[in-house]
Amino acid sequence: MKTYYFLLLTILFLNQTFSQDKYFTKEGYISFFSHSRVEDIKAENNHVLSIIDTTGEIAVQLLMRSFLFKKALMQEHFNDNYIESHKYPKAKFKGIILNFKELDEEINETRIIGVLSIHGINKEISTKAIINFQNEEIIITGEFTVEVVDFNIKIPSVVINNIAKTILITFELRHKLYIK
Amino acid sequence: MKKYTLLILILGLNINLFSQELEDILEKEAPDYSTTITGTFHGTRIMNGHSVETRKRGILEFLISHRFGRINSGIDDLFGLDDSNIRFGFEYAFTDDLTIALGRSSFEKTYDGYIKYRLLKQKTGEQDFPVSLTLFGSATEKTIKDYEPEDKPAFKDRLAYTSQILLARKFNSNFSFQIMPTYIHFNMVPTTNDPNDIFAVGFGTRIKISKRVSINGEYYYTINPFESIDTNNSLAIGVGIETGGHIFQLIFTNSRSMIEKGFIAETTGEFFNGDIHFGFNISRAFHLKKQKEKLY
Repeated sequence: MKTYYFLLLTILFLNQTFSQDKYFTKEGYISFFSHSRVEDIKAENNHVLSIIDTTGEIAVQLLMRSFLFKKALMQEHFNDNYIESHKYPKAKFKGIILNFKELDEEINETRIIGVLSIHGINKEISTKAIINFQNEEIIITGEFTVEVVDFNIKIPSVVINNIAKTILITFELRHKLYIK
Repeated sequence: MKKYTLLILILGLNINLFSQELEDILEKEAPDYSTTITGTFHGTRIMNGHSVETRKRGILEFLISHRFGRINSGIDDLFGLDDSNIRFGFEYAFTDDLTIALGRSSFEKTYDGYIKYRLLKQKTGEQDFPVSLTLFGSATEKTIKDYEPEDKPAFKDRLAYTSQILLARKFNSNFSFQIMPTYIHFNMVPTTNDPNDIFAVGFGTRIKISKRVSINGEYYYTINPFESIDTNNSLAIGVGIETGGHIFQLIFTNSRSMIEKGFIAETTGEFFNGDIHFGFNISRAFHLKKQKEKLY
């Protein structure tokens, strides 16, 4: 019995120690891309917030209005009609980088699993990612796809051929040591 | 076994606590951007008159407006459809806030030019601001030869100017309201009894019934109308439909003219007597420049 308590306390304590070290960025990059027969649409966001701790937990959030499109009208429609950013201003992700503590190369391939929240809908995501330890930075890159329909985003019939059903999301998050 | 469950529970709880901590840090670090409220109205026009909206930098808007004759003119004129007048305009956004435009109306063969500047924007967030304010100024030149050959008026006598303050608030995503104090100056008026300076105040609204369809209404109350002609206040009700780069508006109004000095000061139709002109505005936006990086 005592052993268990000891183990428990140790784990708690260990976790606390690890939690001291966090890596953080305010200038992460996330883009999404829609390909259709009619047109390609790309939007980029360079103001993504992301934080990881040494247990491999990760939390990401961004403002929908910070997505930049080539055409101003597209951006307006994206915010006002499709993603409704007045109601759902942020997209969030909360997850775990698998085997984070065991990653010992400079460049590692692993998997991130977690929950992505867009347009008020939570969706489980599992994606491959490259974790790169470089000059005291932790750089996480990768891409995954989401289905528009999963997030309850309605595309009107007039533009149904302009917008892909599957959207490719690309991310590059360069974390530096977080100082409070 | 129980102990393991306890262990797992506590560990699980611990992880949850940690995630919350990470999220809290993000919330704390997130810059508190003030968000500018966009889309107070779908287009640059509520119905006949202007809304607070301006186009984004580099957009050239081609606007075609039609007003048919009066619906009560009967079957002989096919309820006004035989009689049509048109305005087309090229409206270019030099910046996100500044639009300069040229237009021409077939009614009285009138040329018009306007400058529109978006001075204040409604915002939420750290720097809360309750309304949007846009300044509007136009000049029009009537070129119809409605005079005796020996009586030709000078160029300046056929000019009229309109100045407006457009003040709007988007109360929620479905309801927007606008007030438009207006001052119109005519260089020449029909008789000496008529005022050269006309003051009016307008009210406009948009009620969205779906994401792309809205009901719009607009009313201008003229404080000191012309004496020599029997004028009425301008009223317009209609539907706005937005489809991608197009905006389409169907309008019922007692005004024949589509420019400010015309519909505010020179409307003769009486709406509730059936002097209603059916019409539409079609707008097509062309992107001539790519967007620049901008921090929200």
